Amino acid sequence: MPIAHMPTTVPVVVDEAKCIADKGCTVCVDVCPLDVLRISDLTGKAYMKYDECWYCMPCETDCPTGAVTVNIPYLLR
Amino acid sequence: MDEIREGSTEVSCDVLVIGGGTAGPMAAYRAKRRNPNMRVILLEKANVKRSGAIAMGMDGLNNAVIPGYATPEQYTKEITIANDGICDQAPVYKYASRCFEMIQELDRFGIKFQKTENGDFDVKKVHHLGSYVLPMPNGDTVKKALYRQLRREKVLISNRYMATRLLTGRNGQVAGAIAVNTRDAEFLVIRAKTVILCAGAAGRLGLPQSGYLWGTYENAANSGDGYAMAYHAGAGLANLECYQINPLIKDYNGPACAYVAGPFGGYTTNNDGNRFIECDYWSGQMIQEFYNELQSGKGPVFLKLDHLHSDTIGEIEAVLHNVERPSRGRFHQNRGTDYRERMIEMHISEIGFCSGHSASGVFVDEFARTTVTGLYAAGDMASVPHNYMLGAFTNGAVAGEHAAGFAEEIDLPDYDIGEVEREKTRVLAPTKRDDGVPPNQIEYKTRRLVNDYLQPPKVTAKMNLGRMRLAEVRDDLENRMVARDAHELMRSLEAASIIDCADMAATASLFRTESRWGFYHHRVDFPEKNNDEWFCHSILRKQDGRMTVEKRPVADYIVPIEESERSAYDRQRIRKSA
Ligand SMILES: Cc1cc2nc3c(=O)[nH]c(=O)nc-3n(C[C@H](O)[C@H](O)[C@H](O)COP(=O)(O)OP(=O)(O)OC[C@H]3O[C@@H](n4cnc5c(N)ncnc54)[C@H](O)[C@@H]3O)c2cc1C
Ligand code: SF4
Ligand code: SF4
Repeated sequence: MPIAHMPTTVPVVVDEAKCIADKGCTVCVDVCPLDVLRISDLTGKAYMKYDECWYCMPCETDCPTGAVTVNIPYLLR
Repeated sequence: MDEIREGSTEVSCDVLVIGGGTAGPMAAYRAKRRNPNMRVILLEKANVKRSGAIAMGMDGLNNAVIPGYATPEQYTKEITIANDGICDQAPVYKYASRCFEMIQELDRFGIKFQKTENGDFDVKKVHHLGSYVLPMPNGDTVKKALYRQLRREKVLISNRYMATRLLTGRNGQVAGAIAVNTRDAEFLVIRAKTVILCAGAAGRLGLPQSGYLWGTYENAANSGDGYAMAYHAGAGLANLECYQINPLIKDYNGPACAYVAGPFGGYTTNNDGNRFIECDYWSGQMIQEFYNELQSGKGPVFLKLDHLHSDTIGEIEAVLHNVERPSRGRFHQNRGTDYRERMIEMHISEIGFCSGHSASGVFVDEFARTTVTGLYAAGDMASVPHNYMLGAFTNGAVAGEHAAGFAEEIDLPDYDIGEVEREKTRVLAPTKRDDGVPPNQIEYKTRRLVNDYLQPPKVTAKMNLGRMRLAEVRDDLENRMVARDAHELMRSLEAASIIDCADMAATASLFRTESRWGFYHHRVDFPEKNNDEWFCHSILRKQDGRMTVEKRPVADYIVPIEESERSAYDRQRIRKSA
């Protein structure tokens, strides 16, 4: 059986203009307890790769440039 | 990142701590303090800097036994009663006697505790009988403070390694653990003289009503791996039928929290704005009343703050929107809920295992020893009831010190290489298939079945059916689950822990043919408490490859409880006065 993709709107957004991942920052990726953030090969910026978020906020709190915003996941908003 | 590599490394140490949330860092720190020459490894699935229940700090201690406010005897009595008498008092009493020293240690680490103008600790009453709640004004800094100490003591920290199984030595004693890197699936085989399990609650057991797998009360990284590992190593697990079920903000699924708001004058009400419970302290008996109210037509249930002065509410907001679960403020904002104007809709959570709040954990004695030699457990996954954050710290310290002492006396145990090979095969199986069921579907179905069949009110026929359905999912998990990268592999290993916990929940619940702990073990076919037959622990373990449960007597009380005091927690409902 093939595996399909199910679209979801992810709760965590990164302001690419503020993100300095291209200068080597990986703070949000490092601290996330659920390990759901990654640096994109395409844009060189952080993004939410997996919609598996505890809306706990270390990513936002620890980002040195204030690039991360944690929203409440849609299903429980 | 995330591509699967198939390497394997072996390391060895004196003390291995699994889980770097709350109990784990303290266990590792105290092991090192006791003997600085020891090799102490702290293994963490996430990153110790921001992991566990306290990832964003905590607003206060829920169970501080502070000289002048409470005595270890009073506390031990309260917890024994709150836990319906099923309580080995020795570990509770030890905690109560040592926790003040832990508060002083945390104070030295830079964590502040609220004082009154006279310089006394500002302890609040939330429990039914005594006063044990102490606010922490800079509670957001807990993790940082702990991390500094770990660095100073040169604890070896391995982040992003998920432990999957314990290794056992020749005589059945613990010999280490196997872990897999969550970003490249490389194995780490850690030989150890002693192992301390601090992997937290089984927080992804029931499915939250929102349907979002990650919208749990517990830190969602806590998938019950510690319970599963202890089980497969042959350790006894106590009273798993005494589930954790918490009163939470509906949908948000985090605490509101009556412990913070209570001392300011907030309280729980029904839809008429009337109180219906005497006491907001979380217990099975309190949750039973909460459930009754929801069923009665007088629901929904709310946390009421709107009668308080705006400045008071400001103070409450400053706590609730900044530490512990700081996204609470955003949740309310989205819905236009201002505490000043509207009550907060509350609900009861899905089920989990957690001794931090109830009593379902790996059986331990007053030295945090499990029933397996060399294996310790502390925090939410160990059986000391209602032990919360300060219990995780204090019992983590107890475990670390004792494990270090034991490690000084023994040689590194041998392990069976065949065990490692079998585990590698089990772990990697989902990566060897190019087709099948992804772990998120396995997990969703397991947890949905937990809700449908295992959550209270518990019905025998339903639980038996649930076991059959779960066996079908297990067959899929073992033979058809597919993981395409290292991240999915972590999720598939978690799914295996979750289904193990689901089986344990069903088996333990079916064993105890009575009702106890209020809603936590409300069995419809056996609605009464039966002290003649069931005043005992249930101990679940793996014997000859099978799940078994047996009774274990409750140890003789150290602090006697009068007959007339025993039912204090049964009287939760506000009696109608004329
Ligand atoms: C939302 C919330 C609010 C709370 N509020 C309060 C409060 O106000 N006051 C209070 O006293 N208590 C409170 N508690 C309870 C208290 O926080 C917990 O009892 C305590 O922190 C538990 O500590 P622990 O070490 O057992 O678990 P945790 O701190 O959760 O740590 C478990 C760690 O194990 C790691 N782990 C899990 N599986 C594996 C694996 N397979 N391999 C490696 N690592 C693994 C996890 O990533 C995690 O870091 C609250 C709990 C929650 C969830
Ligand atoms: S922490 Fe902030 S700056 Fe750093 S990678 Fe993440 S989003 Fe970018
Ligand atoms: S809110 Fe928490 S779980 Fe979600 S991405 Fe940020 S750190 Fe990770």
